[in-house]
Amino acid sequence: MAQVIARRLRKDFGDERAVDGIDLEVRDGEFMVFLGPSGCGKTTTLRMIAGLEKPTSGEIVIGSSVVNELPPRSRGIAMVFQGYGLYPHLKVRDNIAFPLRTQGMARELIGKRVQWAAGALGITRLLDRKPRQLSGGEQQRVALARALVREPTVFLLDEPLSNLDAKLRTSARNELKEFQRRIGTTTIYVTHDQVEAMGLGDRIAVLEHGRVRQVGTPKEIYDDPANTFVATFLGAPPMNLLPRGGRIEGFRPENFMHRDLRPADAGAARYDFTVRRIEYLGNERIAYGTINGHANGAEYTARMPAHLAEPAVREGETYPFTVQPADLRYFDAATGERVPGPA
Amino acid sequence: MLRRLFQESGFIAALAGVLLFAAFPFYWMVITAFKQDSDLYNLESNPFWFNQAPTLEHVRLLFTQTAFVRWVENSLIIGGVVVLITLLVAVPAGYSLARMGSGKAENLGIGIFLTYLVPPTLLFLPLSRVISVLGLQDSLWSLALVYPTFTIPFCTWLLMGFFKSVPRAIEEAAIVDGCSLAGAFVKVILPVSVPGILTTVIFTFTLTMQEFIYALTFISSESQVPVTLGVATDLVRGDIFYWGSLMAAALIASVPFAILYNLFLDRFIMGITGGAVK
Amino acid sequence: MSAQYAIARPRGARLGFALDHAELLGALLVAPAIVFIAALIAVPFCLALYYSVSAYNMGTLSFSFVGLENFIEVTKSSIFQRTLINTLVFTFASNLLALVLGKITALILLREFPGRALVRCLVILPWAVPVALAAITWRWMLDSMYSVVNWVLVHAHLVSPDVWPNWLGEEGLAMVSIIVIQAWRLFPFSAIIFLAGLTSVPKAVIDAAHVDGAGYWRRTFQIVLPMILPIMMVALLFGLVSTFTDMSVVYLVTKGGPTNSTQVLGSLAFQVGILSGNVGRGAAISLYLFPFLLVATFFLLRFLRRREI
Repeated sequence: MAQVIARRLRKDFGDERAVDGIDLEVRDGEFMVFLGPSGCGKTTTLRMIAGLEKPTSGEIVIGSSVVNELPPRSRGIAMVFQGYGLYPHLKVRDNIAFPLRTQGMARELIGKRVQWAAGALGITRLLDRKPRQLSGGEQQRVALARALVREPTVFLLDEPLSNLDAKLRTSARNELKEFQRRIGTTTIYVTHDQVEAMGLGDRIAVLEHGRVRQVGTPKEIYDDPANTFVATFLGAPPMNLLPRGGRIEGFRPENFMHRDLRPADAGAARYDFTVRRIEYLGNERIAYGTINGHANGAEYTARMPAHLAEPAVREGETYPFTVQPADLRYFDAATGERVPGPA
Repeated sequence: MLRRLFQESGFIAALAGVLLFAAFPFYWMVITAFKQDSDLYNLESNPFWFNQAPTLEHVRLLFTQTAFVRWVENSLIIGGVVVLITLLVAVPAGYSLARMGSGKAENLGIGIFLTYLVPPTLLFLPLSRVISVLGLQDSLWSLALVYPTFTIPFCTWLLMGFFKSVPRAIEEAAIVDGCSLAGAFVKVILPVSVPGILTTVIFTFTLTMQEFIYALTFISSESQVPVTLGVATDLVRGDIFYWGSLMAAALIASVPFAILYNLFLDRFIMGITGGAVK
Repeated sequence: MSAQYAIARPRGARLGFALDHAELLGALLVAPAIVFIAALIAVPFCLALYYSVSAYNMGTLSFSFVGLENFIEVTKSSIFQRTLINTLVFTFASNLLALVLGKITALILLREFPGRALVRCLVILPWAVPVALAAITWRWMLDSMYSVVNWVLVHAHLVSPDVWPNWLGEEGLAMVSIIVIQAWRLFPFSAIIFLAGLTSVPKAVIDAAHVDGAGYWRRTFQIVLPMILPIMMVALLFGLVSTFTDMSVVYLVTKGGPTNSTQVLGSLAFQVGILSGNVGRGAAISLYLFPFLLVATFFLLRFLRRREI
């Protein structure tokens, strides 16, 4: 059983509280993503799980034991660092073999395992090169092979894709997901990129200021945000938030439509949307504008699929827009926490 | 057009001037070392070239009738010992300061570095007393003991810069992969830092070889002097300067420095400026 | 999450793992350096202070406390006053000359021309070569009878062969000689640092200034120079400190003569404290170096923190 549990985890750096009481459970075989802006404590939490930082208080359970007292090498974990941390003076082959050598494994056995790991990542032909001769994507695979070769019970990955350029990132993301599915090892992945998180995670834990704001599947987090932070962190452009009647009404830009596009149900919200600016993005257009009579000129966004030419929406004009009641989310104006529907 | 010509000739003039100023003394060293005495001390002859055939007499004299070889040995021994001591002390210190949190470490690092500024002409008096109390006076071991006082501060600073440029991820990967902190240091950090450590070694070595004041203060007997002191003071026989042999000695002793400095200049600059300049 | 789990303990050493002790380890690693520095720099420094207020003399070996007597005697001495002035003149003149020469050399080396690598090799020789070897070479070059400089001057009909300059034997000339020699030793370092500074300014900054309409001079003075000022100042301060406290060039070339016209604090301290054995007085002379050091350190710290490279 390779579950990972964090209980009441806290970490202070001097006066600064980086992690403020985190309770989390990662299930066996699951791909869990820690998502949040920089400084939210996601990397610190990961490092505590790895054993590279000592928690100020709280417990970490891996499998069926509390591992606080164990050094990283005894926790059954493997880690891929941002920047990969490949040993520059060793060939790829020796990089991958390194963790096995420190364990004192027999030579022939090491050779076999290295071959297997390299094969699993498709880098067998690179075994005799040095890291500086590899591209970013290849380096990442070597880092993964080095992690894999130890047959860990938990994989920990710290923003491993952030060094790659955008195009490469998408394909690398797919490969990573495939890889994890095949191997089935519990994986914890840290990122600030919400698209990455949504694409990779079985479940996502959204963190802010050292606290977990919500844990759930991508769908749960996106459709049912627990508070305004999660609501606006996921989705680009973020969810529109409109203060009204002592509460905050939230609706996603893709649900913010021209009244003529579909009949509005009873209870639908109606707005007069004055369009200031339109961006043409190929597959869609994004309209930025203000809603008359509300939130003194704050900007709201609407996403309009490009294949719908009608109804025509132009800059400088005002149009009647609606949001279906099922698409409305309500939040408490003071705390930002989610509250149930109208009435 | 005229302006260009003016600029170009100005450039060439400046280049020639600087080159002449810097290199002429060395040319003079070479010429003197191989000129026959009768040619050398002849006020009528052209000093810039050989008027009689060049000779190896001065070099021969140097090696057979003076303790020059012994002096070179002394310098090498002192240099070797000081490099060893410096590495043993400065490498851990530099590494520790590089990995400690910033702020405290930066201050300590600068503090250690500043002790490099305390001049020999202030410390040589008390140190000469310390040396004689320890019974090391007139021995080259006195220098082996004292030279680290300036090599350690500077090298700690240099090494701090070099170690800082090693990414932390590599160390942590080694720890996660199963090394202890010491193991990670030996198996991963050290191999990666070899260029930096090598630069430190070269720099330490040349610093000790160039030193003059402490050597002059602590050592008087001819058998114990390092080469630069020996050449400057012991090649004078009864108030007569044997310039031919003197220059030969100076030339021979200078060549290693010329070579080493040129080879390591870029690395050295990187170290002093904290790795930001390539 | 209320399930109970057993605490796993590491096998082997019960000291916990290294990260627990990172702070202790860190302190331990720096300790030898600090101990060495304390023992061989701090302690001797205090000893120097102690000697300066005692009548410690090699002959008498007595430590009787004499208060500020050494300092007063020293300050009253006209030789000392001359020495102090000499030291200041020597230091600032040679460093200024080195700065100017260094700047010119750096500008020359910036330009790409055939043989630039060789020129660079030759230009750093004065700095690379040990001071003792360089000093005796200059001594030979400025010899009273066989000086090559004089030979050139005579043959260029700038001086008459009967009254040619005695570069090391006449008062004013001797000072000029050692200033030139010291500048010769210092200027390569200045050039190298200057070059490093100039090439470290990101091209984007220079391009931005270009686009903003700044001509060559404005770019240099208002953008580049301020950016490299900290490292230049650090290098200059180093040069000033090492020249001010040095005695090598003086001792080897003129021995402080003629008649103390080139005596500097360092060589005077050597003469009085070591050669003559008057340790107390020698220490007092050395300590006159200290205020200068303090001021230099103060500025060094400021510039060290400000540097962008």
